Amino acid sequence: MGVRTGVRSGELSTGRNRLGQLLNRIWAPFSQVPLLGWLLGALIAVALEQLLGTYLARILGMIKIPALFGFAIVLKDLALIPSAILYVLLIYVLPVAVIARLSASLANRLAAKLLSFPMWVSVIVHLGLLYAVLGLWAGVSDYRTLVARLTLIGIMLTLSLNVVNGYMGEFSCSHPGFMALGAYGASVFTMVAFVDDRAFGPPLLPPALGPFMFPTALIVGGATAALGATLVAIPSFRTRGDYLAIISLAFTFIVKSFIENLEVVGGPRGLGSQPDWANLPTVFVWTVLCLWIINNFVRSTLGKALNAVRDEEMAANAMTVNTRRTKMIAFLFAAFWAGVAGGLFAHVLRYINPGTFGLQKLAEVLAMVYFGGLNSVAGPIVGAVSFNLLGEALRPLEVYKWIIIPLLLIVVMIFRPTGLIAFREFDVKNLLEPKQKPEEEVEHVAAAR
Amino acid sequence: MSLLRVENVTHYFGGLRAVHNYNLRVEPGQIRGLIGPNGAGKTTIFNLITGIYTPTEGEIWLEDSSIVGLRPYEIASSGLGRTFQNLRLWRHMTVLEHVKMAHYSKISYGLIGAFFGTPKRHREEAEIEEKANSLLELVEVRPLADQIVTNLPYGALRRVEMARALATEPKVLFLDEPTAGMNPEELTRMMDIIRRVHGELGLAIFLIEHRMKVVMDLCNTIQTLVFGEVIAEGTPEETQNNPRVIEAYLGEEVVT
Ligand SMILES: Nc1ncnc2c1ncn2[C@@H]1O[C@H](COP(=O)(O)OP(=O)(O)OP(=O)(O)O)[C@@H](O)[C@H]1O
Ligand SMILES: [Mg+2]
Repeated sequence: MGVRTGVRSGELSTGRNRLGQLLNRIWAPFSQVPLLGWLLGALIAVALEQLLGTYLARILGMIKIPALFGFAIVLKDLALIPSAILYVLLIYVLPVAVIARLSASLANRLAAKLLSFPMWVSVIVHLGLLYAVLGLWAGVSDYRTLVARLTLIGIMLTLSLNVVNGYMGEFSCSHPGFMALGAYGASVFTMVAFVDDRAFGPPLLPPALGPFMFPTALIVGGATAALGATLVAIPSFRTRGDYLAIISLAFTFIVKSFIENLEVVGGPRGLGSQPDWANLPTVFVWTVLCLWIINNFVRSTLGKALNAVRDEEMAANAMTVNTRRTKMIAFLFAAFWAGVAGGLFAHVLRYINPGTFGLQKLAEVLAMVYFGGLNSVAGPIVGAVSFNLLGEALRPLEVYKWIIIPLLLIVVMIFRPTGLIAFREFDVKNLLEPKQKPEEEVEHVAAAR
Repeated sequence: MSLLRVENVTHYFGGLRAVHNYNLRVEPGQIRGLIGPNGAGKTTIFNLITGIYTPTEGEIWLEDSSIVGLRPYEIASSGLGRTFQNLRLWRHMTVLEHVKMAHYSKISYGLIGAFFGTPKRHREEAEIEEKANSLLELVEVRPLADQIVTNLPYGALRRVEMARALATEPKVLFLDEPTAGMNPEELTRMMDIIRRVHGELGLAIFLIEHRMKVVMDLCNTIQTLVFGEVIAEGTPEETQNNPRVIEAYLGEEVVT
């Protein structure tokens, strides 16, 4: 008996090894492709889709370009599985793989060249490419644009909640509340100042100024959320103990019912007709800004004090860290970004009501944080992107969606209790570096030997 | 004027009197020892002085300011650095990050620097990194700088804790059983390092120890604590020959 199980587990592990070897062999030719190469590949792919997508979709028997990699189409009509797979292969996988591989040495040289300038040059070039890819992809349909913007907002929410739940190791449930404060704060600002609407009457300022003042509106939203956060932070961080989870949960409910009873902003009916200023580039820029600032913070010694407080608070205190101040700052900081995300959210959907910012929102944000990975910046990106795309892709399943997603989350929790990409530093330079030394140099070294 | 003065400090845990009428004077450059059987109240005295507990009664002065009631981080920034009996390291941080973190109160780039990565921040981070590295050198853990502390052998962990405490630039360094659980080789190395730290940085040291050899070799003056009360105070020789100490403490050690 024992022997047999031994044999079987042996077979299993060689099976796994073989799979690993296969994956390695497939990956090997791509291991030297730098980020720049992948972005070039992706750019060609999405450009190809713009040109040939509709045509190819028709040939394959689909009515239009599959919105999200064919998931939704497949779930509606199983017979279209081969078409969807073929589409994804021909439009995305093949071009990306071929271009990335072929351009690898060029991309490496280019990446090295870019890094010889100050780093921001390389960062801007990469971000520009990334935006071009995203914009072309999303440009195919309004639906894609919406999904892209909501996903970016999801990234901001996840990154900011991760500051508290990951880096600081507390459990906060107040993100929907902060989002609501930001959404209403920013909406009231833009609508009072720039929009002629039923709720607030004629605009106070010339509407043409509006788009330029949108950053101010978002900052007002963020500040509103941060102000609300002090109400949670003061009682929670005064004493040691695990009060934050309870107090922050209560806060979310209080904000919700407060807004429901606030007739000026429409009460439970909600608030609509926000100006359409949260377009894709705006949301993209704010997401990048949020990521940059949060990453700066968590990599500084001041920011790492959060980890010290989390791992051993007494030692942090004895090493001159003002732990209470550290916790307050991190909490308000996270709330600010949740507020900004809320402000963007309101101007993307152009309608909000208090019901949007309840338990379901909480479950979503928590899922993105714990799925993506604690104490990490790459984790929230992965978490928010996969969660949002999955949520949209599984939409045709309706209620079953809410069985499949939690199951997936449980599987991740079993195999990776801290999430997919946890406890990893996000080193921008490392990300942008060429993945291979220039060829001549390699040859020189070889010749010298 | 003494560097550190503790006067008539008494502390109760509920009904338990853990420390009774405790007095201490630490002069610049001294190495003082505190010995006593398990549960005598030694760690409690450290915790009282470093602000983790506030004494029920008594006064504590660092140079000329009273530090009773200050929060631990304030006391630490004003010049009392410490290690812990059961290591309290940050399990997700590297050795270098530990020592950099202890410079916290001296960081002046503020939130603007932290959020936006200003040149001032990069300069300051580079400075504290350099200082941290020289402390790591001093306690002989420089090669381990980039390791996460959970990967380190025990003896090295104690030295990392010491480097971390030194990074707060203390006037008095408190070491709570710095050689606990060490093998003879690690022990000698630790004693060498304590001597070197004392010599190079010229600070005062107050240490709790269980091993007589360590206190006898290192300390100028030793207090013996039993049930929260100091029963003897004197040079290593006086302590060793004091019948009350032998009865209360040394005798026990000989037996066990
Ligand atoms: N936080 C606390 N609450 C209640 N009682 C405590 C607390 N801390 C310590 N004590 C008690 O106070 C007494 C002194 O403890 P302390 O840890 O200071 O002893 P110690 O001399 O450091 O002993 P050891 O050599 O074992 O480290 C013990 O009886 C202990 O149980
Ligand atoms: Mg003790």
